[in-house]
Amino acid sequence: MTRADLQTPVRDEAQMIAAILAGNTELYHELVRPYELAVYRMALSYMKNESDAEDVAQEAFLKAFRKLSAFRGQSKFSTWLISITLNEARRRLRHDKTLRFESLDEPPEEGAHVSPAILRDWREIPSEALGRSEVRELLQAAINHLSPIYRQVLLLRDVEDLSIEETATVLEISLSSVKVRLHRARMMLQKELAPKLKSLNPKRRWFQWS
Amino acid sequence: MVLECKHVWDYISGYLDDALPDEVRESVQQHLEHCEICSAILDSTRNILVLTADDRVFELPVGFSGRLHARLAREMESGSGGKLGHPD
Repeated sequence: MTRADLQTPVRDEAQMIAAILAGNTELYHELVRPYELAVYRMALSYMKNESDAEDVAQEAFLKAFRKLSAFRGQSKFSTWLISITLNEARRRLRHDKTLRFESLDEPPEEGAHVSPAILRDWREIPSEALGRSEVRELLQAAINHLSPIYRQVLLLRDVEDLSIEETATVLEISLSSVKVRLHRARMMLQKELAPKLKSLNPKRRWFQWS
Repeated sequence: MVLECKHVWDYISGYLDDALPDEVRESVQQHLEHCEICSAILDSTRNILVLTADDRVFELPVGFSGRLHARLAREMESGSGGKLGHPD
């Protein structure tokens, strides 16, 4: 009926969901398989340790299954799933709040300006560089150091590839808050990472990677 | 509209999202053409975001998928997870 017919194979999630609701529950495994990393990554960004993040992720997949009939296709299934994941993580953190340093209350928006690291040139770092654990660790540390309100917006928009609107919906904040936080988060990341990545990138070295 | 560097920095995120009004985008574009500092800042930001989005930065723990699907199967079978259409 649409151009989807022209592309094979096609994942028709609406059809999969209808089949699951009609009793073919086995299909749920296949429905969620592509989203395991996204759900885990978002859970990890809230929980900060792997085992709590895995618990939250499992719980989110289970809740999504139980609530599947409430999914009306107003959003993408993946966005709905991420929304359930964030709620589950928040619920868990509220529950454990006394044990945690990081307040769930939003910190005041930090100073209006985040200036980037000033560079005179930039030599492209290819994705192959992520084969090096020191590069992965630098990125993880920089993301983890962002305060939660910045980290969440950045991950949803730039890692999970949600739109500005979807990000605003799942975080229950305004579009302009998303834009402001996203801008600051990106600048903070550039400020933190550009000098470090640059110094890891000795002359010509990356050349061999590309 | 002529922009100074520090004003261009305010637009980097919007520029990357292609969300700037035409007039602003053109001014930023013009600035970038002759400013190597702002170009380097833009390129490094874009590069860092590409690296950040890579699936290798945060990976699933070993055995995650197996444990998840085993639990889903268990709960779906036992019925405790299988109350479809009856959220909570």
